[in-house]
Amino acid sequence: MSEPASLPSGSGTGSDALLCAERLGKRYGSRAALSEVSFSAWPGEMIAVIGPNGAGKTTLLSLLGGVQPPTSGKVVRAGGAVGWAPQQSALYSKLTVSENLRLFARLERVEDPEAAVARMLEQTGLGDRAHERVERLSGGNRQRVNVALALLADPPAILLDEPSSALDPGQRERLWSFVGQRAAQGMCVVFSTHIVTEASRHADRVLVLDQGELLFDGPPADLAAEGGGSDFEAAFVSFLRGRGRS
Amino acid sequence: MRWLLAKDLLILRRSRLLVAVLVIYPVAIALLIGFALSASPSKPRVAVVDETPPNTTIVLGNTRIGVGQYTDELFSQVQVVRVPTRAAAVVKVNSGDVLAAIIIPDNIVGKISSGVQQAQVEVIYNGDALKQSLVRSAIDSALAQANLALSQQIRAVAVHDINLLLAGGSLGSLGSSQEIVGLSHIAPMLEGVASRTPAGADRTTLKKIAGFAAFAAGNLGIAKNVLTTVSQPIAVKSTLLHGRRTPLDTYAVVVAVSISLMLLSVLLAAGGVALEREENTLARLIRGPLVRREALLVEKVLLAAVCGFVVALAMLIGVSAFVSLEVSRVAVWALALICGALAFGSLGVAIGALAREVRAASLLAFLLVLPLAFLALVPSGSVAGGLYSVIAAISFVFPFKAALQALDAAVNQSTPGLTISIVHVLVVALGFGLLARLGLRRAE
Repeated sequence: MSEPASLPSGSGTGSDALLCAERLGKRYGSRAALSEVSFSAWPGEMIAVIGPNGAGKTTLLSLLGGVQPPTSGKVVRAGGAVGWAPQQSALYSKLTVSENLRLFARLERVEDPEAAVARMLEQTGLGDRAHERVERLSGGNRQRVNVALALLADPPAILLDEPSSALDPGQRERLWSFVGQRAAQGMCVVFSTHIVTEASRHADRVLVLDQGELLFDGPPADLAAEGGGSDFEAAFVSFLRGRGRS
Repeated sequence: MRWLLAKDLLILRRSRLLVAVLVIYPVAIALLIGFALSASPSKPRVAVVDETPPNTTIVLGNTRIGVGQYTDELFSQVQVVRVPTRAAAVVKVNSGDVLAAIIIPDNIVGKISSGVQQAQVEVIYNGDALKQSLVRSAIDSALAQANLALSQQIRAVAVHDINLLLAGGSLGSLGSSQEIVGLSHIAPMLEGVASRTPAGADRTTLKKIAGFAAFAAGNLGIAKNVLTTVSQPIAVKSTLLHGRRTPLDTYAVVVAVSISLMLLSVLLAAGGVALEREENTLARLIRGPLVRREALLVEKVLLAAVCGFVVALAMLIGVSAFVSLEVSRVAVWALALICGALAFGSLGVAIGALAREVRAASLLAFLLVLPLAFLALVPSGSVAGGLYSVIAAISFVFPFKAALQALDAAVNQSTPGLTISIVHVLVVALGFGLLARLGLRRAE
């Protein structure tokens, strides 16, 4: 097993952290999807989880979000429930945008569901699509509703699994701008992405996972410096190769 | 839970085609099965070649029996298509216009009248193994009925002649009649003559003849009873051990309604849970304290059960306009239906929890429930003992048979009673509910 290259201050637990992963592990039968992953996330931080396919990114986010229980270790959510937007949009396609938002606002016992729905419609720019059924929305707009559902209860931390994968460049820009605003207001954002340049542009910290192991936890600049190469993507690939990973 | 119920009802309202199929399909299947159970089999179309001359009679002793009595009985069992010749009959059988042909030869009268030769009719048939089997059994049955009718005619002639021999009377023969003395009168007559005859060899002889006449008269009387027994050696006496007699029509109604209830409830519950997976909303719902898994399952079971119950009760009430059902027992019907619907809903959520998408859940539901219905209808004794035990065990652990028995008890007051059937149904419902809860772990 390779040792993490560097584990800066984000590793382990923190007293004022919103989200702490303590030696998290997940096994599916004999296969280890995640092994001994520990890190903490603080208010206002944007943390990118990157890694090759099958690295364990989605598993890590689903454990942090409470979608499935860890096989070992634990997750501490100091700020209460966290928002979660899965990779594939989790929406009722026969319901309209506002009906989806209203349903989950009620299920999450938001104090004023109608106000929360109106706020999310405004913040995501979906006001003019409020009464359109989700099945008729484009992939990008579905993803916006998907993220909006995660933000409905105004959680202190939000987990976004590949949030930009179905979006065109313009929609991506709007998404990151929107998410960045929430982080600036103190929300902790943990997101996974295949597009590693998004990590370098938008994240304060990067977690590099491969084969379920946490290989790196630190600022993107440190990863770029450690990996070398002409740009961040090249540095990331170089970093993995340097540790015998393809 | 109410928000989830409201959401599902809204989705159902917007899936009109699905709802229409979910209601129409089970009702159509149920009605087909109901008709199949209650309708009597139709008479097979059979070509008949009657080569006997018109108004031909069979002479038995002193009596004539019309051949028409035999053929009328035979023809009443089949749908007769008269053809003039054997060749024409063969053409009709080959073309499939008729299932079989019966050739009644012109020598049938002579053979029956001879008393020593067995008369024969020829049966010609065609088709696949199943059709051959059906035709053969139908024709065999028709011939047996006709043979029975003829033998009863012969018995009646024989009994009449025996009575004549015993009691005496007018013996008509070919236009002339003759008074004969009955055997039962001969013995006393001979006794009288013997008493007036001087003792000696003649008197002794007369007494011997009188003794024989008395013996013959006594045994000929027994022969009448023997003839009756031989013409119908076994009669049927029915004894119902449990419950009351259920008319086939009302049982068919119960089966049809139970199948509708099962298809609708199982498909709706299975589809409901599978839809949550397919839309990826299951993980979002059961994550954290948002919705408890048990509450989600109960919501799906309730939705499916209520929908199934409404359709099934409407079917029962609608059918009661055509079939004699005790509508005053509607509350008991409702109890049996709602318990059955809950059990079917539980089976449905278990299927839905195991499947990953609606199509797979629907297919799995169909693959499972239709054979279950047919297995539950297999009567004991119709298959080998070991196989029936397996069928009974399968029917016991799935809800269809228990729900069917509960509804049968509610509608027809049959056995096993309503209480035990409902307890069985609810235990099965609980079992499948637990299975569904385990199945939901796959979402984690």
